[in-house]
Formats: sequence, structure tokens, C-alpha cells
Amino acid sequence: MTTTETPGADLPLQQLERVVIRFAGDSGDGMQITGNQFTQTSAVFGNDLATLPDFPAEIRAPAGTRPGVSGFQLQFSSKDIHTPGDAPDVLVAMNPAALVVNLGALKAGGTLVVNTGAFKANDLKKAKLDSNPLEDGTLDGYRVISVDINVRVLDALVDSTLSTKDKSRCKNFYTLGMMYWLYSRPLDPTVNWLKVKFKSRPELIEANELALRAGYNAGDIHEMFQGQYEVPKTEELPAGTYRNMMGNDAIAMGLVAGAQLAGLQPVLGSYPITPASTILESLASYKHHGVVTMQMEDEIAAICSAIGASFSGSLGITTTSGPGMALKTEAMGLAISTELPLVIVNIQRAGPSTGMPTKVEQSDLLQAIFGRNGDAPIPVISCSRPSDAFELTIDAVRIAVQYMTPVIILSDNFIANGAEPWRLPDLKDIKPFPVQFAEDPENHQTFARDEKGSRAWARPGTPGMEFRIGGLEKDIDGNVSYDPENHQAMTDQRHNKIAAIAQTIPTPAVDGPDSGDLLVLGWGSTVGILTQAVETAREHGLPVSRMHLTHIWPLPKGLEEIFSNFKAILVPEMNMGQLTRVLRGEMPHHNFIPHNKVTGQPFLTTEVTAKIENILKG
Amino acid sequence: MSETATTKLTRKDFVSDQEVRWCPGCGDYAILASMQKYMADSGADPAKTVFVSGIGCSSRFPYYMNTYGFHTIHGRAPAIATGVKVANPDLSVWIVTGDGDALSIGGNHLAHILRRNVDVNILLFNNEIYGLTKGQYSPTSPVGTVRKSTPMGSVERPFNPISFALGCNATFVARSIDTDAKHLTKVFAAADAHRGTSFIEILQNCVIFNKDFYSKVVDRSVRADMTVDLRPGEQVIYGAENDKGMRFSAKGLEKCSAADADLWDPTSATESQAYAISQLDQDPDTPKPIGIFRSVEAQVYEQQVHKQVEAAVKDKGPGKVQDLVYSGDRWTID
Ligand SMILES: Cc1ncc(C[n+]2csc(CCOP(=O)(O)OP(=O)(O)O)c2C)c(N)n1
Ligand code: SF4
Ligand SMILES: [Mg+2]
Repeated sequence: MTTTETPGADLPLQQLERVVIRFAGDSGDGMQITGNQFTQTSAVFGNDLATLPDFPAEIRAPAGTRPGVSGFQLQFSSKDIHTPGDAPDVLVAMNPAALVVNLGALKAGGTLVVNTGAFKANDLKKAKLDSNPLEDGTLDGYRVISVDINVRVLDALVDSTLSTKDKSRCKNFYTLGMMYWLYSRPLDPTVNWLKVKFKSRPELIEANELALRAGYNAGDIHEMFQGQYEVPKTEELPAGTYRNMMGNDAIAMGLVAGAQLAGLQPVLGSYPITPASTILESLASYKHHGVVTMQMEDEIAAICSAIGASFSGSLGITTTSGPGMALKTEAMGLAISTELPLVIVNIQRAGPSTGMPTKVEQSDLLQAIFGRNGDAPIPVISCSRPSDAFELTIDAVRIAVQYMTPVIILSDNFIANGAEPWRLPDLKDIKPFPVQFAEDPENHQTFARDEKGSRAWARPGTPGMEFRIGGLEKDIDGNVSYDPENHQAMTDQRHNKIAAIAQTIPTPAVDGPDSGDLLVLGWGSTVGILTQAVETAREHGLPVSRMHLTHIWPLPKGLEEIFSNFKAILVPEMNMGQLTRVLRGEMPHHNFIPHNKVTGQPFLTTEVTAKIENILKG
Repeated sequence: MSETATTKLTRKDFVSDQEVRWCPGCGDYAILASMQKYMADSGADPAKTVFVSGIGCSSRFPYYMNTYGFHTIHGRAPAIATGVKVANPDLSVWIVTGDGDALSIGGNHLAHILRRNVDVNILLFNNEIYGLTKGQYSPTSPVGTVRKSTPMGSVERPFNPISFALGCNATFVARSIDTDAKHLTKVFAAADAHRGTSFIEILQNCVIFNKDFYSKVVDRSVRADMTVDLRPGEQVIYGAENDKGMRFSAKGLEKCSAADADLWDPTSATESQAYAISQLDQDPDTPKPIGIFRSVEAQVYEQQVHKQVEAAVKDKGPGKVQDLVYSGDRWTID
């Protein structure tokens, strides 16, 4: 840590390499906006960052209660980072419930900014507290900064014509202003955002900007902090143009890009469900890109309308989460049987059943790979982070149209709502894969296959090609067939077609030595945590390598050989061991060690590091 | 259509090469023949015609039409057809479904396609039984239907498909009879001409599991007295002598002499008269209404969907992926 003086300020400016902040308040306090604004500003400032939003499923759980607490954690850094951080350095608590729910996570000796205005007797009661944690010693050992934000925001807005209630709602911008001062962030990005957000309500732009500036100035006139910090922009990210990106947005863009690379109109059939709805919403706003969206009556209708669109020669797409996947199951079989392209997106959430809609889990993997009646293979691709979702989504579209198959893209809550800097791809580098529809009736057979094992795509409207297809077993002409040999042959062909996709998938790279005692193998949103955990383990002198899967079914080629070079393979997953089961089934001769967590929260790096140490030293 | 008058197609051109597998005597044959003939006579283009079906005996229909066809999954044809039509509004899309397919497993989708008014034609083959699964009662079977799954009789009140469709604000609602080729053809033509979802219930004989269930209504000997054909703009009259009629009075719908019968207007502002007539079924002594219950204009789903896309393109200019990706706050690292 270096200490410098900023010209014009008499408080010391300290440089930090990285900071983890958690904003916590009532769901009505606007903590997600606050967190997103801090993230956006830090991204534009040039930090590397990772975020972890954590909010209740209820839109407004009773105000002030523990279930109503909404949190947003982010880590911003001048170095390359992989996770939102295990323990926050700073906790901003807008009320007693937010304080008690989050205090356990705060680093020992960490800084706590509390809104004392929300610690009245009634507030304590709502949080089920018998005594006031500000006074009963609970906060001993932390650096507590007490601010009555409720009063200060009203003071700042005395001249505003807004009602007192509306003024109070500017609290989060006051808080954001204080944090901007503390970490020397520019105000402009948020001010600009307010101008767009409240375009039609200038009085709200004014009030929120005033609150933001008042919070900032409160820091500046050194009332509360001992000094200011700075986290310089990172020099470690590769050169390029960046923007801050959330996973669901990246998937929505990838779908538009993929459809264009295929030369098809994207047609989405969807039904709202947390945490997938924002993909439907984004795509609905991309109409000028030729995107058609249909909000259907349920998930079955959603996938069915997408299948109908593919039958007509468009790119059918459907987006959902676990419970919706369950409903779509039968229709997936129809797309498999009729060999129509289709992109199915599952933003996983904690299950089973309704589970915990806003919490993270990776427990739909086996459902994606195997969860259908009959032998019904579907390729499964998993995003790992917001910044790889765009390109993986394009790859899903490629596989769907080149192999005439539904493809499942798995993501999860953490990727969907988490944000990180995305180095924008040069779109010219992405090779198009235009679809060639079959138009010549001469010698055409509906289920004749090319060298890839895929059938040709003919569509209605083409003269002379009239065909009938359906979910009954069919022969090469598409006609219904109960012939035993034919069913065996068609089943084999469908199976082989999907297996052959492995030839087009690169073997994932090994991070670290390509042989040794331990390989940590992950998939999905654990990538940052596993990267960090492995780095930490190496710093502790432990020889450990790491690999991450994006294409999970079929598995990429070459894994068997790589696995043979390791004594053990640790498979951490946010489920009860689903990838482990797949791997044990496919490659029974290796020593896979499952490591599982299903709390609705990501792994902490320390948890994984401890497991690695335990195996290597054990 | 693309063909010229000199290459006018015949019924045979709409017959596929697949062997028809319905039971001999099944009402589905007659409907199929009428449809193939209607397609030829109306100058339909097989390349632009799609039949979409669910699952059931009736849903095998697409295999036998020499057009495009999609035999899908149980109950979901309306949702699939919605996607087919939205993706390519130039196609003429027909849905074939059964009473079980449309009204039990697919009831939700049927309601919603009618509400959305997608420009497709729905043919619901109502045999008041599950044919394909060997004769269980269906949601249109009368109370007390005794079958293997209801050895003591069914205890459920049936749906009236016409009332159901009217209740969903369907814009075109009609009923016909499998073996009445002339009437069927007339209804097909009206449905085909209608812009929006056309719903046709076709009374269909299942000779194996519900033989002649409708004979009290459709037998040649009683049909004139036991059916009343709703013809737009004509009087509501029936009877072998065309001497009986219906009219709406303050008391509601009532029988009257042909001279006093009301003119039938399927375009009236509300569904109430059509609904009242559809409920005549409840009374075994009154004729069963067939013909066109309702035919009104309303905005068509897929047209609106595409209009919005066109408006967005006009407003914002054709979107480029480059602009989409390279939008929002960006920064550069050298
Ligand atoms: C998901 C699903 N559930 C059940 C079935 C079994 N099934 C096939 S057809 C049918 C009922 C068909 O009745 P209906 O729609 O009246 O058609 P019909 O055979 O009478 O023409 C049933 C229950 C199925 N194919 N799929
Ligand atoms: S079971 Fe009934 S409906 Fe099915 S084919 Fe035979 S007669 Fe027709
Ligand atoms: Mg039936």
C-alpha cells in the first residue's frame, strides 16, 4: 500500500490493489442499482471487476425484515481478478436486518458503513433484534462509520419539491456518493445514467444527482472517513475495447449474432421466469435486428412455438430456468426426433421444484444431458462467465443448424446477473455458417444424411419438396415406420450425429502442468473461484492444475489422455455431484473426487483451497 | 398460387403416397376426402400449405395430405402452428386436432391461439371419445359415459367446443358433420377466407369406440329436424319442410315458425346470441346448431408481430450486430 497526497485535498490518498464492497439494504432500498452503478463506474474507470448480486425472490418482502435483505457485492481491482471476493472489506448496511444478515461475511477489522437513521426500536423489532447492535458490542473489532443517511438525504433535498417519501428514496444515491468519494470514483457515469433513466422525470434526475453529490461532498468535507482510497486502473487486462457485461445480456446478443451468422431470422418463444426473463426482455427490444419474440402462455407453448418457427425455416429459440425446462421436456424430444435446429437456454437456479429462484446452483446438468424419454441426445454447452457467453451462444447456434439438433445452453444466476469487463470481439473474426436450405426435390430424402450425419433442412413454401414429419419413428423418407431394424438404425444415427459434434469442439487447455497429483476440473460459473483457489494453492506451494469445461455433451475429445496424467481429479460443483457421475460413467478408470456445495451461494475460494490442501496433504 | 390455370390440380394431387390407417368406416376418411377436394377446387398451393396436428387418430391427418405436414405432440399443435405461421405468414396453416387433444391436454393452447387470433384454421374432430388410446371418455363425452376408465359412468360435465371457442373470443366459429361433404366444404371455404383463427368443430364418427354417437342428430332420417344450419344473413330455419325457425325475444332464444325466424348475423357486436344458440345442445328436443356461429374481424397476431418489427426497423434503422455489441459505456486498454 502506498500513500500519496492528492493535490487540493488534505486527506491522505491511499492506493489499494483491490477492494471488496458489499451494499446491503432492504429490497426497497435500491441496492441492486447502487451496486450496478458502482460496478459500471469502476468498469469505465478501468478496473477489473467481478460482481455477486444476491437478492430475495420476493419483489418486496416485508420492509426491514431479514428475508427482505438485498445485497450486491463487487470486487474491483488494479490486478486481474477472478471472483467477487470471499469476504468484503467494506459493508454498507442500510438497516439492522441488512447488518445482521451480512456481518458474518465482513472481513475481520473491516469497515462498516451504517445508516443509523434506520436503527430505531421499530426497525430493530422488524429485524428480530432484542438489542441495538450499534450499542451492544456486536460491532467491536470493526471500523464503524455511522451516518444518519435518512436525515442527511432530506437535508440535502430541502429545496426539492418532491414529497418526503420520494426524497427518502434517494438514500441509495447519497450512499453511492459517499462510496464514490471514499474510492475516488468519477460521478459522471452515474449522472449520465440518471439523465437517461429518468428522461421523462427531470425532478428525479435533479434530486438523485443532488443526493449523489451531497454524499460525495460529505466524504470530501472529511466528516467521516480518515482518508480516501484509490484503486488504479488495471494494466493487466489484454489490450482491446471493453464494456461491462452481464451474462443474460451476452446471451441475448449472442443469439442475435448467431442467427445472423446463420442467415436466419431469430424467433423466440418464451415464458417469464427468474432468472431468465431478462433475455426475453432484451430480445424483445432488439426488434430492429429482425428479432421476433412471442411471450407464450407457458413453457410448453414457448418451446413449441420455437419448434414451429424452426419447421418454417427460422432459428427457433426458447429461454427459461429449471422448472420451465421440466415442462419443455416432451417437446425437446419432438425436436430431436424431427431433427430440427433449436436453441434452448436454461439459466439455472437452486432447485428442486421452485427451489430458490434467485439463488445460484448448477443442478440441472443431468436434466440437460439425459432428462428426456427415449434415447434422446442433445448437445449441452455451459457458459462460465458473462464474458464467454456471447461466443458460446454463437457456437450453440452453429451446432444447432449444422447438426439439425436442439442445443441446450446452461448458465446460472451468478453469470446471468453478475457483471465483468468483456473484451469486445472483433466480429469480423467470427466465421459465418450460413444455412443452405434444400430446394431441389430431385433425389431428396427428408432424413438422408450428409458426411456429418446431419439431414438437409427443407422448409415449407418450397415447391415440390412437400414432406410430412413428426414424432413417430420414421424412415429415411420421413414416413412412419415401426420396422425394428429401422428404429435401431435411426436411434444409432441420432446418437452418432451428436457424438460426432465432439470433433468440432477444441480440447480444453490445462492451466498449469499437464501431469501431476491433482487436476481441478470445473464447469460453469465456478470458473473464477476455481482459478483463484488454484492460484492460491500454488502460492502455498501445492502442485495443482486446472481445467474448465464449456462443452459438456458430448464431452470434448482428448480428455481421457489428459486425465490419465493425473492421480486424482477434483470436481467441485454447486450440486450433489452431477458432472462427477457423467465423468465416472464415460471414463470409469480415473479417480474423480466430488466436492459439492448447494447453499445457494457460490463456493468461497478458501473452501476450495482447503479441499485441495486436504487432498494433496492428506 | 404459383400454378397457372392450365395446371389446375385435382383431388389426387393432394393425396399423399401414404396408406391411410384409420379403421374402415371411420368418419376421418370422409373429412380427409372433402379436404383434399376442397384444396384442389379452391386452387390451394400444396407448397404453401401446412397441416399441423397433435396426437390422436385424427392427428394422423397430415400424413395423408400431399402438402407440408407436421405431426407433433399431444395437445400442442396450436402452439407449434403459431410458430410456423409467425415465422412464415405466407403459409396457409391448418390444424387438425381431436376432442381430447384440443380440449383436455391442449385446452390451454387452444384458448390462447383463439385469443391471439393467429391466422390459421383449426379443425377439431369431435368423436366425444379418446380414439387412439382405445375409447376412454373425453372432455366432450356426456355425463355417465361408461368406458373402461369409467366403469360406473363418467361424472364430469362435458365442454361444448363451440361455447368454449366463443368464450375465448374466437373470431370465426363453425360446426359441421364429417359425412356432409357439401356443408363441410362450405365451412372450409368460409374458414379459409377468414383472416384470423377459424375454429371448426366437426362431428366425427368413431365406429369402434363411439359408434354413431351422433345418430340422433345426423342420421339422414332426422337430420333436417335435428340440426339447424346457421347461414350468415339468412333466416334461422330448419325442418324437413323448412317450416321451423328460431328467434331471439325478450325471453331469450325460442322456437317459432319459419316466417317469424330471425336473420342470422354472425358478425354482431357480442358473442351473446351465438353463445345462446351454441347452448341449444343441452336440450335433446331442440336441433343441434351447425354452420357459422361467428365471423368477425379483429387484429391478426402475426401481422401485428411483424408490424412491430417493421416499425422498429423503420424507427431505429436495420440493427447491426456490431452496434449492439459495441454499445453502452466502453473503454479501451492499449
Ligand atoms: C403426453 C401424452 N399423453 C398421453 C398420450 C396418449 N394419447 C394419445 S391420443 C390420446 C387421446 C386422443 O383423443 P382425441 O384427441 O379425442 O383424438 P382421437 O383419437 O379421438 O381422434 C391420448 C390420451 C400421448 N400420446 N401423449
Ligand atoms: S378408433 Fe375411432 S377415431 Fe380412431 S380410427 Fe378407429 S374409428 Fe377412427
Ligand atoms: Mg376423440
